[in-house]
Amino acid sequence: MAETTVETPKLGRRDFVSDQAVRWCPGCGDYAILSQTQKTFPDLGVDKEKFVFISGIGCSSRFPYYMNAYGFHTIHGRAPAIASGVKLANPELSVWIITGDGDALSIGGNHSIHLLRRNLDINVMLFNNRIYGLTKGQYSPTSELGKITKSTPLGSLDRPFNPLALALGAQASFVARAIDRETAHFRTMILRAHNHIGTSFIEIYQNCNIFNDGAFAPMTEKETKADKVLWLENNKPLVFGAEMNKGIRLDGNVPKVVDIGDKWSTDDLLVHDETDWTIAMILSHFTYQDEFPDPIGVFYAVDEPIYEVMLAEQIEFAKKNKGAGDIQTLLDGADNWVVE
Amino acid sequence: MSIETKNVDKVVIRFAGDSGDGMQLTGTRFTETTAIVGNDLSTLPDYPAEIRAPAGSLAGVSAFQLQFSSKEIHTPGDQPDVLVAMNPAALKVHLADLISGGIIITNESAFSPKNLKLAGYESNPLEDDTLESYEVYSIEMSRLVATACEDMDISPKTVDRTKNMFALGLLYWIYNRPLEPTINWLGIKFKKRPELIDSNIRALNAGYNYGETVEIFTTRFAVEKAPLAAGKYRNINGNYATSVGLLAASVKANIPLFYGGYPITPASDILHTLASFRHFGVKTFQAEDEIAGITSAIGASFAGSIGVTASSGPGIALKAEAIGLAVIAELPLVIINVQRGGPSTGLPTKTEQADLFQALFGRNGEAPVPVIAAQTPGDCFYTAFEACQIAIKYRTPVFMLSDGYLANGSEPWSIPSFDDLPNIQPDFSANENGVPFMPYARDEKTLARPWAIPGTPGLEHRIGGLEKEDMTGNVSYDPENHHHMTELRAQKVANITQDIPPTDILGAASGDLLILSWGGTYGSCRSAIERLQNEGKKVSLVHLRWVNPLPKDLGEILIRFKNILIPELNMGQLSKVVRAEYLVDAQGLNLVRGRPFRAADIVTKAQELIG
Repeated sequence: MAETTVETPKLGRRDFVSDQAVRWCPGCGDYAILSQTQKTFPDLGVDKEKFVFISGIGCSSRFPYYMNAYGFHTIHGRAPAIASGVKLANPELSVWIITGDGDALSIGGNHSIHLLRRNLDINVMLFNNRIYGLTKGQYSPTSELGKITKSTPLGSLDRPFNPLALALGAQASFVARAIDRETAHFRTMILRAHNHIGTSFIEIYQNCNIFNDGAFAPMTEKETKADKVLWLENNKPLVFGAEMNKGIRLDGNVPKVVDIGDKWSTDDLLVHDETDWTIAMILSHFTYQDEFPDPIGVFYAVDEPIYEVMLAEQIEFAKKNKGAGDIQTLLDGADNWVVE
Repeated sequence: MSIETKNVDKVVIRFAGDSGDGMQLTGTRFTETTAIVGNDLSTLPDYPAEIRAPAGSLAGVSAFQLQFSSKEIHTPGDQPDVLVAMNPAALKVHLADLISGGIIITNESAFSPKNLKLAGYESNPLEDDTLESYEVYSIEMSRLVATACEDMDISPKTVDRTKNMFALGLLYWIYNRPLEPTINWLGIKFKKRPELIDSNIRALNAGYNYGETVEIFTTRFAVEKAPLAAGKYRNINGNYATSVGLLAASVKANIPLFYGGYPITPASDILHTLASFRHFGVKTFQAEDEIAGITSAIGASFAGSIGVTASSGPGIALKAEAIGLAVIAELPLVIINVQRGGPSTGLPTKTEQADLFQALFGRNGEAPVPVIAAQTPGDCFYTAFEACQIAIKYRTPVFMLSDGYLANGSEPWSIPSFDDLPNIQPDFSANENGVPFMPYARDEKTLARPWAIPGTPGLEHRIGGLEKEDMTGNVSYDPENHHHMTELRAQKVANITQDIPPTDILGAASGDLLILSWGGTYGSCRSAIERLQNEGKKVSLVHLRWVNPLPKDLGEILIRFKNILIPELNMGQLSKVVRAEYLVDAQGLNLVRGRPFRAADIVTKAQELIG
């Protein structure tokens, strides 16, 4: 019989579109994120059945229903723990956590930090809109101090969490930021996160046009964007501005925005290094500070030991050391006796 | 003076001392030796929640009770015949339980003015008339072990810590037990510290020889082998049996065992034991909290492992929301509750059965979960195995209830042949080309839905905590569908009665009194009905293994008895269920004292009911 080779048809965006109607509010930033994810996933080089999307609760957490892949829409804040169980049970799977600022940083804060320190090879997309959308407009752990919402008519009293500083503090091995409207850049971040072995954490600035419209307007609107976004490129000096005439310089260990020209040249600027935790931490603190642009891109990417790889090694070690377990021998135990 | 050897049927010994005196270890060694000798036995470790309460204080007393017998026994005994009290506090705490005329063995060296004061004794009970109705052997154990080790180059403190071995050696002499098993064990335990092997063996021998040479004991006791059914036996405690039962089920089903948990007394030993099974491929995950413990297990089940979590009441409370998720997602999962005294932190090291309602009802919405309860330490093996079996077969979370007494207590266990255990089929779904996959289609007999694990081509689907449409599994807010799905989930759990064999009645099928029990009270209830039946009373026992669903034939059994007594270590939880379910006038015997029932408590209550 002649051998026939069947070419696996190349996956396309449509392969990842589920048959469920998308029910986010018209104009929500989630649409752009979903669409770009569906467009990018065919290019990850993974068999489609190996993708698993795990989410918690919140607007963003409906995401798995719209992806034609294995998905589990779980309970509030627990996606990292459920995803850990999935990945540990089957390390061959490509596991993606979809979460929001409330889900990941408030009710699920504990799980988020422990996922990051364990460094399982899991990818996290945190949709940060700095508001509670699904419950209709209360402040979130990333809302700015003084935020007026339904639950804080006189302004919130909580200082906001800084998601990337938190991730870095929790010893994350990959930390990046994207913006919903910057779809081409977001595609790059998905690819980088996928290629990183270890937990990849992407914060996505996502506009909630109903309850917190324009939260990231300075970073997305044409008039202001150039001065308010700092595009991170590894090993490149930190330059920004419409004329690319501004930069970040370290004065001791204090970052300063400087004009490039008479006094300073690009040689005086801080050069981004994705493997330098201190630089990543300095950059992470630009957010919420008006005098600085918001860095977008990969802040930090290093190799650290992978939890599930070490677990597999332990199992192999134990098998080598003790021999593969024999259940009857275990049941019999060391001290037994026979009654005739 | 001649020493007489007296044959006795059964003996109850309680070892009691300071937390640092090694009483758990002493009790465990005596138990292992006694098991090897061939007696039936049952144990009750009883230790404080504090790791080391102040030395000599009443709060710091740790105890270990065991009953051993030449006959079949079911409990660690109501009252000790022998009390080993290593200090005044131990004597103070435990004296009241000792039978009248019982034997007291004390370490006289510990009865210092300071320790007497800490125990609240105004005068030394060894010197006044406090103990005049007992047979007291007061021995300067600390001085004697110091003499035994005097040529050794080790600190006096280290020497003094061997005094428990002295007490153990003496008891081995009194009850005619061999020293070899303990000597062998010491050799392994202190492999890296030969001086401790030597000093402990010296102390053990010193205790044994003390009995032999000092002419104060007039009687030694012989307890013959118990007539256990033929077969191979080992001694086993509940937490170990649970762990091995879980593993056996995963090996039978040929799917990996994943355990997610957070340390909590008295369940932690399940985590420790499973962590030592890496060579079986067992994956244990010490999570950041109780919630991550169960949710990681749910994730693992979704991905095709058998996910298991274990905890005790406070931890189970934290897991409640996740259990609801497993109910609606219809995934296999085993949740073990090793119950302890509650509410809140309660009595961490003491036993109780007060989490039955929590298991049955402790969730939002209509969220039925099957509940199976272990009845003896060795039975934990079969209960854990069956919990996995049902979880996999019906795609449902299953609660297994154990308790502090079962978890730490031990008994001789007839070792099963693995090959004889029932098969478990995970029946993962496979892609049937052309047929659209329905994640909420159902097996006709069980109503179980498919288990389609990620990585299977063509079966990509989404599940979650939102209500799902029948068959398709799409999110659905349709009122009729929600009602229908609620009924389906309830019926699926009710269908488990198909797997429950006809109820065993110990005694006649009708009579004056039925004792109905569940969980760890089995031994006490069994002992109680044996006594009552010997008195000629028309009393029978039904012990429930499944509390949800209840066996199909239970209702018709209940109505054949004039009285129903439900003894529980709670304030009447099964009683309320039985009264509601069967409209029968069940009476409760309810004690929450942190320890198992005494069989005598149940006998007295039964006599009150039927005269």
